[in-house]
Amino acid sequence: MFAYYLELALRSLRRSPGLTALMVLAIGFGVAASMTTYSVFRAVSGDPIPWKSAQLFVPQIDNWGPKDRDTDGEPPSAMSYLDATTLMRDHRARRQSAMYQISPSVVPTQAGKHPLNVTGHAVYSEFFPMLDVPFLYGSGWSAQDDAQRAAVAVISSKLNEKLFGNVDSVGRTVNIEGRDYRVVGVIDHWNPQPRFYDVTNTGGFSENVEDVFLPFERAISVGLPNNGNTNCNATPKESGFVGLQHSECVWIAYMAELDDAAAVAAYRQYLDAYAKNQQKAGRFGWAPNNRLRNLPDYLQQQQVVPRDTKVSLLVALGLLLVCLVNTVGLLLAKFLRRSGEIGVRRALGAPRKAIYLQFLTEAGMVGAAGGVLGLLLTGVGVASVGLVLPKSISDLARLDLSLLAITLLVAVLATLLAGLYPTFRASRVQPAWQLKSN
Amino acid sequence: MHIKPILAAMRHHKAGTVLIALQIALTLAIVCNALFIIQQRIERMARPSGLDETNLFVIRSDWADKSDPQRIDAQMRADLIALRQLGSVQDAAPINSFPLLGSGWDNFIKLQPDQVKMTTDSAIFFSDEHALAALGTRLIAGRNFTASEVGAQQPRDAMHSAQVIISKDLAHRLYPDGSALGKTIYVSMGRRPSTVIGITDTLQAHMTGSWAGPYAYNAVLVPAQLLNDYTYYLVRARPGQLDAAMRDAPKALFAQSRMRIIDHKDGVMTFAQVRQRAYGPDRGMAILMGIISVVLLAITAAGIVGLTSFWVGQRRKQIGVRRALGATRGDILSYFLTENLLIGIGGVLAGVVLAFGINLWMVSQFETARLSLAYVASGVVLLLLLGQGAVLAPAVRASHVPPVEATRSV
Repeated sequence: MFAYYLELALRSLRRSPGLTALMVLAIGFGVAASMTTYSVFRAVSGDPIPWKSAQLFVPQIDNWGPKDRDTDGEPPSAMSYLDATTLMRDHRARRQSAMYQISPSVVPTQAGKHPLNVTGHAVYSEFFPMLDVPFLYGSGWSAQDDAQRAAVAVISSKLNEKLFGNVDSVGRTVNIEGRDYRVVGVIDHWNPQPRFYDVTNTGGFSENVEDVFLPFERAISVGLPNNGNTNCNATPKESGFVGLQHSECVWIAYMAELDDAAAVAAYRQYLDAYAKNQQKAGRFGWAPNNRLRNLPDYLQQQQVVPRDTKVSLLVALGLLLVCLVNTVGLLLAKFLRRSGEIGVRRALGAPRKAIYLQFLTEAGMVGAAGGVLGLLLTGVGVASVGLVLPKSISDLARLDLSLLAITLLVAVLATLLAGLYPTFRASRVQPAWQLKSN
Repeated sequence: MHIKPILAAMRHHKAGTVLIALQIALTLAIVCNALFIIQQRIERMARPSGLDETNLFVIRSDWADKSDPQRIDAQMRADLIALRQLGSVQDAAPINSFPLLGSGWDNFIKLQPDQVKMTTDSAIFFSDEHALAALGTRLIAGRNFTASEVGAQQPRDAMHSAQVIISKDLAHRLYPDGSALGKTIYVSMGRRPSTVIGITDTLQAHMTGSWAGPYAYNAVLVPAQLLNDYTYYLVRARPGQLDAAMRDAPKALFAQSRMRIIDHKDGVMTFAQVRQRAYGPDRGMAILMGIISVVLLAITAAGIVGLTSFWVGQRRKQIGVRRALGATRGDILSYFLTENLLIGIGGVLAGVVLAFGINLWMVSQFETARLSLAYVASGVVLLLLLGQGAVLAPAVRASHVPPVEATRSV
């Protein structure tokens, strides 16, 4: 029976090619616009570390007080050196790392090669296991290396290729900012987007792969300055990078891994007790105003998803809605034009269910055709988002199997939905009236 | 025109009427908001920077040996002498950041040292006495820095300068009565005042984010070379010699010292490129909204053609009867045009409400601006005209139905 409906639908669609083409075009464009903008939205709003994000937390400590708070009462989004290093020393989470962005120069050993400017982070050893950083060769450094301020470095596979060619460089030496560091690990293509471990300095998205990671305290001790945002509520009393470390300026990102609700509650208590102590000591002239958000909440609070991306998606969904209303109208016209045919079928004994099946099949076919067109247009759309979006974001939009499946599914489901009312009307056609009037 | 019979006929195809009206309403609401976004972005992109953009380019030089500040200071001075000696270069200046760069140094500006809240926020540009000539920005009051006033500033030291030059807009923000010249202001969160010795014509800040909207034209020029790990050189080429200057300048710098990194991708940028980078997202958003609007209007027009054609086909017999009873072709034509106009008016009325509703919601969610009435009004006219245009072809076809159709049974 279904084959028969397919044949009927095909015949009917062929009878009015203009109208059919119009519906297919509308569905195709509507779905493609939605899916293209959705691919961008999906890319930027995705969870960068889904298997673990619920256990990763970002603490914020209010070391500035009410005078410098925004209207929303939020504490600064980064940490001062004093707070970050105290939290590291207390070591209350299962794993944790303070980190700051660096931009050292790397001098290749081969003669004749220009020095390179690279970006990276100064972090603690727990950074690598905490964020499940994948290694191509070697591994991160040890807690002992942290304590001893060892001259060790983890580099990206990209930098490894530039400096050493495609070989295991663990144990070899790299010259960073005029000092020699021993390579202990090479990271295997790791470029999470959003750059969740340091949103403050990247705004969430960055085209550049991080090339070097150095031990935090080593970087501090050799005076490797921070390259990211520095926000101050007062001029530091002393000058230089050391002055910055002694100031209330915020420039350090922090992340902690907490396994369960009890650990989170304990950590929260610890932060409040810390702030209370600072209040007692006279450093804070205000009650504790800390935050401890898990990664998804933190990314949302930091508004990592660009506004334009959300607006584009909404506008594209609006387009899809108009396309569907359009399709409802055209299907209605198409189905009711065949009132005579419906009357004959009903008079010959076809139940309403059969009419439903017949016309929904037809709507489904329009949807499938629109979906195929939508797939092609989505392909074109995703390939050309680079023309209208910044590279750091457009690079993230990808056409994959799930997007293809969603595109087809949305097209067919939406058209079936649009076909419901016209089909209902068609099924209500009175056979007697039709037969008489013709 | 008799409206009553049209309304009576509409009652017979309520669903179709409602669908077209709904489609027009949604289209109007979306297109109004999309056009509004486009207009805002175009307005943003058209903002003047206050610079001689056609002849300007910037070089970013990273120091490969980020050693001691004195050497950087000396290197910068040597670099600048070399740049200024080039035949293709009109003038050159060191600067830490520049209009539209997107990142840089901004400070709270205060009028009193004890003020708790800032008066306003401003970009801080560290440069020398060649800055104005290199930027191509005029002084409208006061004087330029002298070479002897130009000092050196380390990035993490407390910042101070006895003299500053400020932009016209900042001057107006601080002293609306126009008396800023010669006054003291506090530009560094410290307690030491700076005297305003000059006021420039329009000069844009480096900040491009939406948060910086109120401060977009606040700039303070400080007479000091910022001794960071890198510096920018603003180079203004002699008219027509931009290409030559862009070739000569990096060579001249490398001849000074090879211990520097000038990125092959964006180490040397024309100001046109800077502008493109700063406004790329705005241009992209405007294009995207444009494409969606065009597709929307096309689909709505096509939908009206489709449904009206169906109605014409359905009513051939009635049209024939009317023609046989003496109605002219013009009557039939205007019947369908009026019918469409009525539906269109219903649609745009709903659409206007929806457009403002969507905008209000966007204002609350995304802090966008309020939709102006002119946009909605032009959207209404656009959609009514679109409807009339779309209905024309089927209406003309209807008017060609011969009176003899009345006698045919099917």
